[in-house]
Amino acid sequence: MADSSMAASTAGANPRRPLAGAGTSHWGEKLIKVFLALCAAFSVLVTTGIVLSLVFPTISFFGQIPLAEFLLGTTWAPAFAQASFGVLPIVVGTLIVVVTALAVSVPIGLASAIYLSEYASSRVRKVVKPALEVLEGIPTVAIGLFAFFFMRPLAEQLFPFFPWDTPFSIGIAGVAVGLLIVPLVASVSEDAMRSVPAGLREGAYALGASKMRVSMRVIFPAAISGIIAAVVLGTSRAIGETMVVLIAAGAGNPNLTFNWFGSAQTMTAYIGGTATGDISQGTVVYDTIFAVGALLFSMTLVMNIIATRLVRRFREVYE
Amino acid sequence: MPDNGEHVAERTAPGGVDTASPEETPVFSLRDVSVSYGDHLALAGVNMDVNAREVTAFIGPSGCGKSTLLRSLNRMNDLITGARVRGELLYKGADLYAPSVDAVQVRKRIGMVFQKPNPFPKSIYDNVAFGPRTVGMKGDMDGIVEKALRGAALWDEVSDRLRDNAYSLSGGQQQRLCIARAIAVEPDVILMDEPCSALDPVSTVRVEDLMAELKERYSIVIVTHNMHQAARVAERTAFFSVQVDDAGNRIGRLIEAGETGTIFTKPTDKRTEDYISGRVG
Ligand SMILES: Nc1ncnc2c1ncn2[C@@H]1O[C@H](COP(=O)(O)OP(=O)(O)O)[C@@H](O)[C@H]1O
Ligand SMILES: [Mg+2]
Repeated sequence: MADSSMAASTAGANPRRPLAGAGTSHWGEKLIKVFLALCAAFSVLVTTGIVLSLVFPTISFFGQIPLAEFLLGTTWAPAFAQASFGVLPIVVGTLIVVVTALAVSVPIGLASAIYLSEYASSRVRKVVKPALEVLEGIPTVAIGLFAFFFMRPLAEQLFPFFPWDTPFSIGIAGVAVGLLIVPLVASVSEDAMRSVPAGLREGAYALGASKMRVSMRVIFPAAISGIIAAVVLGTSRAIGETMVVLIAAGAGNPNLTFNWFGSAQTMTAYIGGTATGDISQGTVVYDTIFAVGALLFSMTLVMNIIATRLVRRFREVYE
Repeated sequence: MPDNGEHVAERTAPGGVDTASPEETPVFSLRDVSVSYGDHLALAGVNMDVNAREVTAFIGPSGCGKSTLLRSLNRMNDLITGARVRGELLYKGADLYAPSVDAVQVRKRIGMVFQKPNPFPKSIYDNVAFGPRTVGMKGDMDGIVEKALRGAALWDEVSDRLRDNAYSLSGGQQQRLCIARAIAVEPDVILMDEPCSALDPVSTVRVEDLMAELKERYSIVIVTHNMHQAARVAERTAFFSVQVDDAGNRIGRLIEAGETGTIFTKPTDKRTEDYISGRVG
């Protein structure tokens, strides 16, 4: 009631504007709205499609292999004569890659972001920022080859006392993945830091804070939600990265291993290495790909949910 | 009261209370100071003194360089690429721009309050404690925070919610929090750049009352576009204006500075008179 009387009085103040909606523009609006809604629905549909395509082979897989055996077993050898379906070895392989990649990319990425956002002159920033974005686009195959032919041999020469028992190394693959995602972490968190209002920066400088203190105590916490987003994006990339691991970490060891220096397989590398032309539909091996895919999907989902919570919890609101 | 800042040495404090007398050397002495941004000369040829334990107001039309000059008093302009200060700018007799002077140390002594309240997105307590922690003040932090909040006339409103985020405060409270934050480090000088322009009239009065209290202990320089405010709070007033030179450059100039009463009732320069009487905006 109050609303309509308000509307009437506003309209009254503006007598030349017609109150009734003009036909054509109204239809145009509707058309645009429908089109936009369809676009939004499209991505939802695609996601649903992906989930469904994972679901049916996964159900078929768990019809044959008990869930507990899959999740708790420590030998992963689906294609062996003496087949075994314990997924832990490749889950651990994935975790080694992710943790290593984050250990490399988070410190380097955040340090670069702080440098670019708070220390670098605008001239330096104008050169470095686009360079970072180019680095983001380097083909992962190239990085995989670099890791296998250069980083791994170099690492053995520098540190010969570690157990480098094969030409492959899951840890080196993790370092390479870390280098791969440095630009992503740096550029997303730099954006977050740059968007902290200039007034906060000035307020801190005016209290006699040094550049380091302003960066660490004011800018960093104010940008924390964007920084967490950067780390989450980096983690997702690390979990999903296939090619580098396929090349540099080798085919792995069917048994659970924590040897950072030796060969191991990740979930994605297993999928990528197994889903080739000569795999026949309906076999258990075929279904494993989807079961592992479904597990990967759930892990990423859980991680994203945790990250969303974190962002909400630590966000320092400024308006 | 003596009418002329040049004879400060002859002054005696009224009523025999001489703790905060303006007889000391000026906090700032400016000799032919000019500031430029890149090739743009924003302000030129400023000569003036700023007395201790007084409020000095900078007034003048927008763009005449008031903020520019204020920000060169605590070297905030160092943060702007291309900004350059020339001339002699003495702080208590020492060259503020000498190569050996560290701008960070300068800002610990010369605090600043900005036009738009800019509390950190932290708790009220942490906002006030930020400065003391920065300068490494020892002792009872709770006491330091309480003292600063009382000094900014905010304690009674926030004492039961020190852990709340500073953004839960109203605009006027936020600005007083920023003042508390500035005085928590016990600076010598507080620079204020239009501190009331984003505030409602009630909050404005509170901040003005606060300035009257603060000048017992601190020297205050305030930029204001509100002449009534200058008249209410400032002992001395400096009037700036924009001069357009032959090449069409707009350069800020100090037109005249003196006791507020004199500036407002008997200005010596026609431009001051026009501005004061509202003939020039
Ligand atoms: N960061 C800056 N970069 C370049 N020019 C600036 C900057 N800040 C101010 N100026 C210029 O300096 C002159 C004075 O500005 P300012 O000091 O903000 O005036 P006021 O505070 O009196 O309104 C203006 O011409 C303005 O354009
Ligand atoms: Mg200004």
